[in-house]
Parts: sequence; C-alpha cells; structure tokens
Amino acid sequence: MLAAYIIGGIVVILAVIFVALYNALVKLRNQVKNAWAQIDVQLKRRHDLIPNLMETVKGYMKHERETLEAVTKARNLAQQVASSGAGVRSRAESELGAALGKLIAVAESYPDLKANQNFLALQEELTSTENKISFSRQYYNDSVLRYNNQTMVFPSSLVAGMAGFKADDFFEITVAAEKETPKVSFT
Amino acid sequence: MWEQIGSNQRKSVILVVAMALLLVVIGYVLGLYFFGNGMGGLIIALVVWAILNLVGYFQGDSILLGMAKAKKISRDDHPRLYNVVEEMKIASGLEKMPDIYIIDDQALNAFATGRDINKAAVAVTSGLLEKLNRDELQGVIGHELAHIKNRDVLLMTMCSILLGTIVILSWYASRVMFFNAMVGGRRTSSSQGGGGAAQLIILAVALLLMILAPIAAQLIYFAVSRKREYLADASSALYTRYPDGLASALEKLGASTCQLKSANKATAPMYIVNPFRKKGMAASDLSSTHPPISERIRILRAMGGASPSEYDRAYQQIHQKGGRGIIPGSAISAAGAISLRAASPAAGKKEPGEMQRKRETSDALWKVNKYRTIDCECGTRLRLPPGFRGNRVRCPHCGRTISV
Repeated sequence: MLAAYIIGGIVVILAVIFVALYNALVKLRNQVKNAWAQIDVQLKRRHDLIPNLMETVKGYMKHERETLEAVTKARNLAQQVASSGAGVRSRAESELGAALGKLIAVAESYPDLKANQNFLALQEELTSTENKISFSRQYYNDSVLRYNNQTMVFPSSLVAGMAGFKADDFFEITVAAEKETPKVSFT
Repeated sequence: MWEQIGSNQRKSVILVVAMALLLVVIGYVLGLYFFGNGMGGLIIALVVWAILNLVGYFQGDSILLGMAKAKKISRDDHPRLYNVVEEMKIASGLEKMPDIYIIDDQALNAFATGRDINKAAVAVTSGLLEKLNRDELQGVIGHELAHIKNRDVLLMTMCSILLGTIVILSWYASRVMFFNAMVGGRRTSSSQGGGGAAQLIILAVALLLMILAPIAAQLIYFAVSRKREYLADASSALYTRYPDGLASALEKLGASTCQLKSANKATAPMYIVNPFRKKGMAASDLSSTHPPISERIRILRAMGGASPSEYDRAYQQIHQKGGRGIIPGSAISAAGAISLRAASPAAGKKEPGEMQRKRETSDALWKVNKYRTIDCECGTRLRLPPGFRGNRVRCPHCGRTISV
C-alpha cells in the first residue's frame, strides 16, 4: 500500500515537472516565432518605403540611373523571395541593404535633394527601419539562443527530445548600415 | 536572459517587506500610545496605506505626467523620437508600444511610468531632444524602457506609497503629541505608578519611531532606487549593444545646469538623473536616489561587451572591492558574451545637427499645443494659436495677406 503511494507520488511529481518544462519550451518557441514575425514586419516596411523614395529621388538624381535601378531590382528580388527560407532571404535582403546604402551615400552629393523635406523624412524612416531590422534580428537571435539552450540543457533536453522541439536557426543578414558604405570623396 | 533580469527581484522585495514591517510597527506603537491599543493604530495605518494605494493605482500615471506637465505626442509630431522608442521597444522585446510624452523644459531629463507593462509611457524633456544625437537618445530611451520591462515602476510605486504612508503617519502623530504636551500632558499626568512608567516607555518608543521611521524608510527607498538604476543602465547597454551612447548622454545630462521646473521630491526617483541640484550646479554626484552620474559613466565606459555580466565586471572594477556585484546572478549566468556594435554610421554627417534638432523639437511642441502652421510664399512660417478665429492673416515679413 505504502509503496503504491510512494510510486504514485513520484509519478505525479514527474508529470508536474514534465508539464512545467514543456510549457517553458512552448513559451520560448512562441517568443522565437514572434521575434521572427517582427523581422518580417520590418523587412516588409523597408520594401514599402522604396517606391516612395524612388519617386522623390528620381527628379534630382538623373545621372544616377544605375544606382536607382540597382535598388529597384534588389527590392523586387527581395520581394519575390519573401516566402522562401532564411538563407535565400537574407542574401536578397543584404543585396537590397547594400544598394540602399550606396544610394544614400550618393545622395550626399546632391544639396538640393538633401534640403528636400520629403527626402529628409524618408531618410529618417529608412535609417530607423534599418535600425529596427537589426534590433529585431538581435532580439530574434537572442530568443533563438535561449530556446536552443533550453532544448539542450539536461532535464528539459529529455522533454524536448520526446515532444520534438528542434533547435532553430539564427538569422544572419547584413543591413546597409553594417555593410561598408562606398566612400565618396568630394575633393 | 531578459525576463530573468526582471524576475530576480528578491533583494528588492526584501527591502519592500522591510518597509512594510516598519509601517506595521509604527502603526502599532502609535495605536498603543494614542488609544492604549495597538490594533487601532494598525488599522488606521492600513487604511491610510490603502487609500494612497487606490489613488496611486488608478491615478498614478496621469498624476505623475500631469505634475510633470508632459504632453502626449503622436508619430507625426516627432518622427525621430517615435522611431527611437519603437527601435528600443523591439530591442527590449516589449509587446506594446509605450505612449510618448514631451515636457517643454530646457533641462535634460526623462522618465518612465506604468505599473502595467502594456500601459506604459515614457516622457522626455524638449532639452533632451535638442541636445542628444541618435545614439545617445537611444541609450536614454533604452534605460527608460528597461525600467518598464524590469517592472521597476511597479516596485518604485509600491515603495513610494509605503514611504508616503510612514511620513504622513509620523507627521500627524508628532503634531498631535506636541499639541498634547503643550496643553498639559494630560495622558502622562493622569496615569499613576506602573502604568505611568509603561506609558513613558511607549512615549519614548513612539517619539523615537516618529523621528527614525521616515528616515529609515527614505534610506530603504533610496537603496531600492539606486539598485534599479544600475540594472536599467545594464539593460540599456544590452538593448543598444552600445554602452558609450548612454555614457555620453549621461555626460551631457550631468553637465547641464538647467533645473527641471516641474519635478518635485515625490517624482524625483522616476527620472533618469536626479532632477534636483543646487542652483547653477551640475547634476553630478549630488543625488541620493540615483547613483553618482560620474560612476555610472565610468562603468559604462569600462564595458568591453554588452552583456549584463560585462556590466557587473565593470562595476566591480570601478569599485575594486571584488566579489559583490550589482547585477542579479541569474541574469549573469543566462547571458553569454555579447559583443558591442560600433557607433552608428549615421552619427556623423547624415545626422541632423543641433540646429535642426532644435527646429524639429519646437515644431513638435507647436503641434502638440495645437498651433496651426502656415508657410507664406516669402518663406516665412506663421504659427496661429488654437484660439485664432479669423480667416485671413497678414504676413509680418512681406505684408501679403494669406487666407487661412
């Protein structure tokens, strides 16, 4: 009788521990998902800003056809692969970031453009969107790190193995701010 | 690594419990003195505490923001500020965007409110917006959002309500005792023998408590507040990955000699740096609700990485006493090494200069105060007050008549 109680008690305790660890894993996985969604929102926002930017810049930068076209092309490509895997996407987004960085650097040599209120507002939005992309990536990677750690440390690694929690990938993307911006000198 | 920072609040909770005990003791002793019954005093103390709590719970934020004369802004009023707050919201993993307020004041300061993590607000002064560049602003906003994320606002509200109750009780009790003594010490003279001795002891204890309790409560309050400031600095460094931004912001804040007009003693611990200073003096190192600014700067500057453990190492290095750090243990073990980022490339030429920031900020203030803006053809910008009723206005510069 006593043995039955003890065994029953141990089973209950184990079940409680299992549920707690399982829930912790679910919570972390959801956090990773949310963080991923946040990156998505910001990348989409960058895509949406570009037509506006092109419209504003076009009139001033008549001699920069190539630069402008590169941005449009990179944007279209990035939009096309928006639903593919992280690897393909991050490459396309890096291209776009680099093209944008170049455009902004070239814009420095157009004083009229730099005085345009519309352009200034767009530039602020663009800078901030770049920052938001890198902050959301930072948060995503931190979340992934925590989730992955949780799937690997001892008691919860058992739960993760049984319930099929797999380690997630980190997201690497080079945004314009981090890519070396082309040096333009006016001497 | 994020929630752990917030959830490891054991030490702070112990301090709050100590304050609550202090309140219970003072209520009991005062009850013993005035009614000869400890419970009566205890009930009065709890009622005062409950009332303050209700006021604080339902009105706390609006009272605080109202007292600071803060005005709520939208995205269009000041896009840069809004964007920086949104960036930090993303970096900190907060789920909801906090409301943003501007205080029209040349002093450099900022604070956060909101017991509920989803109903929070940050307020910054217009002086801050004018003087800080983007990286610095990011550091300050990161610090404020860390207060929200770490639930510091809730903790500090609880603390300040306890402190307020203790101060109110001792103040009134001491007035009444003083009055009784003036009138003729009715109580002590009427009692006899052993009862008189007991009464005297209670009187002594009550007097002592009334003098010491508010001071003790204040000290506990300061201790809690300082601890949270260090933690918020560490979190800000973690969010921005750029402690130098906050450090150079703090340098500017510390060097400023403007005094915040709308701050008072009760709201002081909410700000990023203590708003009080002697007239014309810099803010550095005078504060007691906040750690010395110079020390906070030195810690941030000494950081070689962005993780809380790196902050802890820098703290110990500055204090050179080894062993005891300032950041809760679980926050340290959870986070690995995190590298710093470089200063944002926008910090140089592309960023709006101080003149432009001034214009941007005053534009925001005009908008918030519901002034209407009209650009005359000669390039003059006219501002019409919200009470303006006419439908035509003359440009004071070129003399054209503009229809509104």
